[in-house]
Amino acid sequence: MHLRPATLLMAILAGLILLAPVTANAATTPAPSPSAGAEAPEANPIVDGQNITVTLKDLNGGKGEPKPVPGVTLTVFKESKSGEQVGTQVTDTAGRISIAIPSNGVYYIALDPDSLPDGVELSGGESNLTITARLGGNNFATFPIGASVGESVAFSEKLTNSVVSGLKKGLIIALAALGLSLIFGTTGLTNFAHGELITFGAIITFMFNRGFGIPVIAAGALAVVVSAGFGWVQDRGLWRPLRRRGTGLIAMMIVSIGLALLMRSIFQYTFGSSTQTLSQYVAQPRTDYGLISLSDKEIAIFGISIVAIVIVCIAMMKTRLGKAMRAVSDNPALSASSGLRVDGVISSVWILGTALTGLSGVLLAINEQVNFQMGFKLLLLVFAGVTLGGLGTIWGALVGSIIIGLIVEVAPIISINGYNPVPASIKEVGALVVLILILLVRPQGILGRAQRIG
Amino acid sequence: MAADLSAARAALEGVPSEPGVPKPDPIVKGDNITRTFGGLKAVDVEHIEIQRGVITALIGPNGAGKTTLFNLLTGFDEPDDGTWAFNGTALGKVPAYKVARLGMVRTFQLTKVLSKLTVIENMRLGAKGQRGEKFLSAAFKSLWGAQEKANTDRADALLERFKLDAKREDFAGSLSGGQRKLLEMARALMVDPELIMLDEPMAGVNPALKQSLLGHVKSLRDEGRTVLFVEHDMDMVRDISDWVIVMAQGQIVAEGTPQSVMADQRVIDAYLGAHHDSDITEIDIADLEKAAEAELDEGTKP
Amino acid sequence: MDFAVVIDAAFSAALGPQAIVFALAAIGLNVHFGYTGLLNFGQAGFMAVGGFGLAVSVVTWDLPFWVGLIVAMLATIVLALVLGVPTLRLRADYLAIATIASSEILRLVLGAVEFKGTFGGSNGLTGFARTYKNLNPYGDGVDIGVVSFSKDDLWSITVGWTLVALGCVLIWTLMRSPWGRVLRSIREDEDAVRSLGKNVFAYKMQALVLGGVFGGLAGVFHVLKQASAVPTDFNTTFTFYAYAALLMGGAARVLGPVIGSILFWFLIAGLGSFFSQATGGTDPLIPASIMTDTQASLVRFIVLGLGLMLLMILRPQGIFGDRREIAIDGR
Repeated sequence: MHLRPATLLMAILAGLILLAPVTANAATTPAPSPSAGAEAPEANPIVDGQNITVTLKDLNGGKGEPKPVPGVTLTVFKESKSGEQVGTQVTDTAGRISIAIPSNGVYYIALDPDSLPDGVELSGGESNLTITARLGGNNFATFPIGASVGESVAFSEKLTNSVVSGLKKGLIIALAALGLSLIFGTTGLTNFAHGELITFGAIITFMFNRGFGIPVIAAGALAVVVSAGFGWVQDRGLWRPLRRRGTGLIAMMIVSIGLALLMRSIFQYTFGSSTQTLSQYVAQPRTDYGLISLSDKEIAIFGISIVAIVIVCIAMMKTRLGKAMRAVSDNPALSASSGLRVDGVISSVWILGTALTGLSGVLLAINEQVNFQMGFKLLLLVFAGVTLGGLGTIWGALVGSIIIGLIVEVAPIISINGYNPVPASIKEVGALVVLILILLVRPQGILGRAQRIG
Repeated sequence: MAADLSAARAALEGVPSEPGVPKPDPIVKGDNITRTFGGLKAVDVEHIEIQRGVITALIGPNGAGKTTLFNLLTGFDEPDDGTWAFNGTALGKVPAYKVARLGMVRTFQLTKVLSKLTVIENMRLGAKGQRGEKFLSAAFKSLWGAQEKANTDRADALLERFKLDAKREDFAGSLSGGQRKLLEMARALMVDPELIMLDEPMAGVNPALKQSLLGHVKSLRDEGRTVLFVEHDMDMVRDISDWVIVMAQGQIVAEGTPQSVMADQRVIDAYLGAHHDSDITEIDIADLEKAAEAELDEGTKP
Repeated sequence: MDFAVVIDAAFSAALGPQAIVFALAAIGLNVHFGYTGLLNFGQAGFMAVGGFGLAVSVVTWDLPFWVGLIVAMLATIVLALVLGVPTLRLRADYLAIATIASSEILRLVLGAVEFKGTFGGSNGLTGFARTYKNLNPYGDGVDIGVVSFSKDDLWSITVGWTLVALGCVLIWTLMRSPWGRVLRSIREDEDAVRSLGKNVFAYKMQALVLGGVFGGLAGVFHVLKQASAVPTDFNTTFTFYAYAALLMGGAARVLGPVIGSILFWFLIAGLGSFFSQATGGTDPLIPASIMTDTQASLVRFIVLGLGLMLLMILRPQGIFGDRREIAIDGR
């Protein structure tokens, strides 16, 4: 569902384009030291006739020219790993292998991660690549190098890395989940257009940043403000009139699906279908902090999301408005009868909720890239987070989201006797399975309380 | 019939007025039924027996656990603990639809008529053992046509009895609050229950209809059914019930004939006092909704 | 601007194979949502299981085509049971989330590179439709001005609309029976139905299976008409579009999903063709500064989203429906 940019890159490059463009996947690696792995041959000439040619280059986080990676063993199989072996070669000083193939078709290229030089890691963690040879002559393929997770890395390090990225993902989900939970709590609306509110934050950031040349940080701040305004407009223009008409919750849910389709199409119309990057902080080196290594922007993402969440939680506990919000979410009829301006409270909830969700989009744009369906792809994980913690509870949404983030990132590295239950290419599956299980076993969420029925 | 009735009432005469007292011929028997919500013990009934063939009223202040007890007995909610039986059949963990099939049918505090079905369709739904309700025979009308006809005749007779025959083809949603209560009762009779449990049959009914509703409840007993009802309307309780069970804070606090219960100081303290207070101190959402519904119904009436 | 082309595109799509896929899927959703009130947002999952049930049987397991069809139908029934046993006890919005999640899981797993050997990865599977194609009695396609179909499409249309017609007859007979009455009552208030001694869970399960089988049939037809099974075809957006078609035609009406699907594709293809004409050519009607031809292809989806919202708000009973007997309370 959610392709990491690096994986995307892999797919795109498994064709003719050889020179990689700037990769967005952050983080870099130290200069490769050719000490590890097999001895690199002088040169592997490109084979005459039909062949598969792979060139390994360390993109080095997008800084400087990509450097070839010599001394890595690559093996080409027909169809799949269990297929017939076509040939094996060690990359030369230009980082190249070239292996003749008998005919067009699907080929599986396996890279021996142990032969990678120290410090060089594969983006996306995939040590193999499947390409379809369609050309009579050269079929080029590229392994993207220069990001995270390599098989050579010790499990403990893999675990800390994935825990860190899981926490990061969890916090980004949590911001959106808080927004969803607030809105659900006060209005009962299961908002299928919530993913588009995430995209909204990201695209507005992109617009201010690339369109008007405003620095990313300021653009992000503006995007949060615009998101908040959008929340108010949405409530006033759409949801409040519907509530006034007494529109049923299921009908509203379907309206939100229509809104999601509408917004996504408008995003695609104005922004286009391609994935784009902001002007700053695209690729940043990671600094080693002992157990973990983080780039500056990752630290910022952690900081901003934690601060935002803490502020919201405290505000919900302490302020008048926060208490009013909780009261409405507890019992709208009672709140109304005790003189609370329910509509006003719901308006504030929409403003706060979309602002938080917009912020999550901003952070997601900085962490990754901007795409018209980035939020839609995250929507189910946000639902999962909210449901896991218990619909409509603030702490629940928070805890649930972080658990979901961790499940998504940590599940792929788990392997039982070499069998990986949740492969990296479908890492969201684990979280979705958890979502369904939670709905079945404890629909009120891990932190929610059973409701009195009837 | 009338002889049976007086015999049923007479059987209660020697029964002492104390909570959880055994009855000569109980149709329902329950022991140690408890249900908690969060920290609140909504129902905590040590022993309950419902006498066959009479009208038993279940009264108590808001939040006393009457409706929850109804839900537990009929399988709409699961207790934390406890055993109960209907006609000697243990009902623990028996799903609601099986309880109904055994002959113990309930109505709801907020009437559950199916508003987008017509009145007669509502009635037909109640009939038991319909061949046409089986997926495999549903497509072949020849298999169920005759039975449907018989059910419709029975439904029409009941509609006539409950004075709803003029509304036969109307959508149930267009009925007034009182008519809905009547329809729900008539529909429950389509199941041909031995015990019929009415949850606040008078709530939201306009005063003009109350007398005829009372008559209908009595007629249920007169045709040999057992009636258990929850009610706030004390006039109704005094008027038609043969036996009264009083609940407060989840427990049965008193039992007896209407006269003895109404005179009981404990009841006045636990129920009447608390009930009067509750109007001021706590707002029961169900009551609010009920009131709103009643208002709406008044508005939409022809 | 050539209006003949627009009209041809609109009518051809409205009567074409894609509309049939929608009609079948929407008939299933009508059983689920329209009649029983089950909010199944995972119809794409049922389609995927049907389509891949056939494709995997024939391509991966080398079974005969007709056995593949049986496998496909059995697989959808199994999915309905597996999904239904635990989830049918959930309340409506939880059921929606659970079904949407399960259809996403299916799509991800079917497209996963790790299971390429079985499901063909993201490219999917091909080479299972030969028997279907060989049955085609038509020698040539048709083009009668307002509509034009290729030879293959003509065959698919014949098979597809026959299936739709049979499906409608089945739904009509079922829904006028006491069985259908129980379903409609469950949609209104399942506690009331339970209190009358009906096993609500069993009825919901029967409805889920019946609607799921229509979904599976839609999936089978989908992969047959294009002779390939691709996981991305079965994404959640498809389910939402099918809901849009159903609501357009009117939920809880026998012909609602069929009329809705025809209208849906008439509008989608008509708008698409109109805007592509309006922005194409050397001197486009709408200048490229306002709308490029890529953007033109998106206008219909903008209209679709807006249309779904307005439909739900203003006419929840569908374009021709009767408000008093609709499935969902719009107000």
